[in-house]
Amino acid sequence: MTTIDLGMPADGPIADAIARSLETQGEKRTDLKAKDLKTDQEVRWCPGCGDYVILNAVQSFLPSLGIAREDMVIVSGIGCSSRFPYYMNTYGMHSIHGRAPAIATGLAASRPDLSVWVVTGDGDALSIGGNHLIHTLRRNVNLKILLFNNRIYGLTKGQYSPTSEVGKVTKSTPMGSLDHPFNPVSLALGADATFVGRAMDSDRKGLTEVLRQAAEHKGTALVEIYQNCNIFNDGAFDLLKDPTTGVQWSIPLVHGEPLVFGPDGASCVVRDEFGGLRIAETNQVDAGDIVVHDATRQDPSYAFALSRLSSQDLRYTPMGVFRSVEKPTYDRMMADQVEEARTSSPADLGALLSGSDTWTVSA
Amino acid sequence: MTTTDPSVVASTAGSTTPFVKSVVELDRVVIRLAGDSGDGMQLTGNRFTSETASFGNDLSTLPNFPAEIRAPTGTLPGVSSFQLHFADHDIMTPGDAPDVLVAMNPAALKANLSDLPGGGLLIVDADEFTPRNLAKVGYATNPLEDGSLDGWQLVSVPLTTLTLEALADSGLGKKEAERSKNMFTLGLLSWMYHRPTEGTVRFLERQFRRKPQIAAANIAAFRAGYNYGDTTEAFAVSYEIKPAPMAPGRYRNISGNQALALGIVAAGQRSGLPVFLGAYPITPASDILHELSRHKSFGVRTFQAEDEIAGIASAIGASFGGALGVTTTSGPGISLKSEALGLAVMTELPLVVVDVQRGGPSTGLPTKTEQSDLLQAMFGRNGEAPVPVIAPRSPADCFDAAIEAARIALTYRTPVMLLSDGYLANGAEPWQIPDVEELPDLSVEFATEPNGTAADGTPEFLPYLRDPETLARPWAIPGTSGMQHRIGGLEKADKTGNISYDPANHDLMTRLRQAKVDGIAASIPPTDVEDPDGDARVAVIGWGSTYGPIGAACRRIRRSGRSVAQIHLRHLNPFPADLGEVLRRYDRVICPEMNLGQLSMLLRAKYLVDVESHTQVRGLPFRAAELAAVVQDVIDSTTGGTQ
Repeated sequence: MTTIDLGMPADGPIADAIARSLETQGEKRTDLKAKDLKTDQEVRWCPGCGDYVILNAVQSFLPSLGIAREDMVIVSGIGCSSRFPYYMNTYGMHSIHGRAPAIATGLAASRPDLSVWVVTGDGDALSIGGNHLIHTLRRNVNLKILLFNNRIYGLTKGQYSPTSEVGKVTKSTPMGSLDHPFNPVSLALGADATFVGRAMDSDRKGLTEVLRQAAEHKGTALVEIYQNCNIFNDGAFDLLKDPTTGVQWSIPLVHGEPLVFGPDGASCVVRDEFGGLRIAETNQVDAGDIVVHDATRQDPSYAFALSRLSSQDLRYTPMGVFRSVEKPTYDRMMADQVEEARTSSPADLGALLSGSDTWTVSA
Repeated sequence: MTTTDPSVVASTAGSTTPFVKSVVELDRVVIRLAGDSGDGMQLTGNRFTSETASFGNDLSTLPNFPAEIRAPTGTLPGVSSFQLHFADHDIMTPGDAPDVLVAMNPAALKANLSDLPGGGLLIVDADEFTPRNLAKVGYATNPLEDGSLDGWQLVSVPLTTLTLEALADSGLGKKEAERSKNMFTLGLLSWMYHRPTEGTVRFLERQFRRKPQIAAANIAAFRAGYNYGDTTEAFAVSYEIKPAPMAPGRYRNISGNQALALGIVAAGQRSGLPVFLGAYPITPASDILHELSRHKSFGVRTFQAEDEIAGIASAIGASFGGALGVTTTSGPGISLKSEALGLAVMTELPLVVVDVQRGGPSTGLPTKTEQSDLLQAMFGRNGEAPVPVIAPRSPADCFDAAIEAARIALTYRTPVMLLSDGYLANGAEPWQIPDVEELPDLSVEFATEPNGTAADGTPEFLPYLRDPETLARPWAIPGTSGMQHRIGGLEKADKTGNISYDPANHDLMTRLRQAKVDGIAASIPPTDVEDPDGDARVAVIGWGSTYGPIGAACRRIRRSGRSVAQIHLRHLNPFPADLGEVLRRYDRVICPEMNLGQLSMLLRAKYLVDVESHTQVRGLPFRAAELAAVVQDVIDSTTGGTQ
């Protein structure tokens, strides 16, 4: 079992309230089971939606972190995936479209003692909320972002999304979409995200492993989860889910392991002559030329090059953790500044109100 | 130059001067300093204000500067000015028109001369009236020489040359030395008005402590200006304005933005909650962000967000976690925050939203004042989304207004809109420093125990079970055991807070949210009417920064033998419970506003009282004399002459 140390709660009325609740409710429970995280709310996704699989995986996985449910907060935006908080017996906020990372930033920056999660989708995070996403990533606030990417707008009934492939025929693009999609992993790395991973909804083991590493990461973690929308974009990820083609076109990322993939390890990743990466046939290159995956490289260029291997039709899609580097977190640094200020000049409201230039009028 | 006749009260003969200098006593003076944006007029004005405050005059200031950081030198758009009104009695406005205009260049003269009444004192920097500078602003001939300024008392002083001479041994180059001419000017004015000078010397030492050469040069220029006044024959008269009688106590000079920021710090301290400010820089609100950023030792966290939306969103997140969430902006920022403000209404979380209003619409007049966001504050959201609205009336009052906004937000678990404006933000006045122990107690009680029972008999937490008196919902914060709950923007079921699309529930919740805000009226004082004569038939009602001009206008009217009542609203939503009844007592009600009649529209709609709107949107405060004339006409047509 992993145990995430969240540190001490804030002082003052917040700490008092927490202490009072522990007196009446008993000690914090960290020995949770998946069922402890379920709520009495009926789950209202379409039958067969990939979101169910992700919800189950998260509920099964979270107890392993050793965090009490009252110390977890899930913030979401708008979209199918954003219903997630209602189904989790933690604190939660189902907010407004695109703003979840900003709301979570305010919460995490003022309460470093909480485990804050954002659940968002490709429309929520990359369209209306694109600005908040990149700034949250660059700041490295301690929060985890689960980006459910189904490459379609589901809740508004099937328009193309910023991750839809060019030429996507939808209700709003009867002649095919014109705009080039975002690659969410490339975008996050461009914002210098300290942790970026990718997983498949149906791959419980792979998803749990990426989530575990994200949870253990100190700072902002972005996990792109490929999620099937069986109503408006069914089979979007079949190429990678199918046992045969999946092996052929997925590149599993394992830290410290050579990037070899495909049936019988027939394919591999090597450096190209421009400092990027390219796919090669394993038997055509020297074993020493095969790139050994290193998620801890400070320079994001390598992880970015990895993210560019895949095409919009999902061939050569790396799955796993692209990047995981340590950097000071925003919330910690903010708390340190407050502490430093308190130490160097203790709070004295009377002195503050008086300022340095006063005069006295006598009776 | 004043409302009373100047009288020579003393004559002094300085030992170094061969001629007699006289001292004239005045009861009040309005000085306007005008120069290029780069001339340091705001700094000079602020220093003169500090000297005046510490001398004990009552005062009011009006900074007026362009939105451009440095418009081309010497041009009309680049003119920046600072007006200061100070007196030996209680005053309410920065003055309708200056008695003294200091023009540092031809552009400053051209832009401001029309405001200086005939006979007013006009001091100019003669060195700047070069053919090139004159041509820049379209003067065909030099006004200092062509007789066009004969109607004013022109004193033409080579300020630049004198400054350079004073700094000849400073070791500074010409360009650098020239920069001190504002301090030379300040020294001259300090002599003219008998201002104490130690504060400015201390200020300069502090300001340039890492550049002792610059500090020394500025102090030398300041002293040279003072001594120049003392010895030159150009100024035969200096003026004395006695300290104003003020309530006993300790005072400081304070601007609206400063007072507002300190009010927020105080609200944090009095509630015991950490303050979290999420803000995006915007004129004229940025100084609140700057000020709060300096007070981390009070547990104040400031977050410069990526945009206005993230500013309010982060504050909502912090409020969910138990902080006093605050976001500060101006009108365009409120437009961007509207949707998130609706979320705060729906989730019923405490939040203080500060709108330092400026001229609009769109980018409008970033550095000028206006009151045109009232209806936006009231209604600028989708759905029925009531938000309490309050407004400060003067720069120092921003402190109390901020505490009141926090009180309402914390007590009623609601976002509160605090409407300041550009004039209050940058204007300054003396402030009697409050006793910390006498500030309101804002302590809150977080919910820590279940407040209901589930169907199966187990205790459960109902996040939307309301306090019967305030209708506020419980505030349970993450980390509190057993109180896990989910909130959001979708309609809430009564009590449980679960998602509900039930028609009757939506109707109930919409009315409950409105009733909660309406109920705040029970916690605010009744309408304060100022009618010293007690027989007024005409009332003037206002809100926000018009308090000063309306009050000054009412005083003029009363001095003319007429009666008038002044009502000034702090709470704009909800109004004081007795407001309708109060308004109906008067034959006529006039509502002056720096918009096109927003408060009068609300009053007419709510009370069916024929409120007459008088409006102006010039980006500047009302002039008291003009307001007095308008109100006087109404009084005379109502009463048939003086009462």
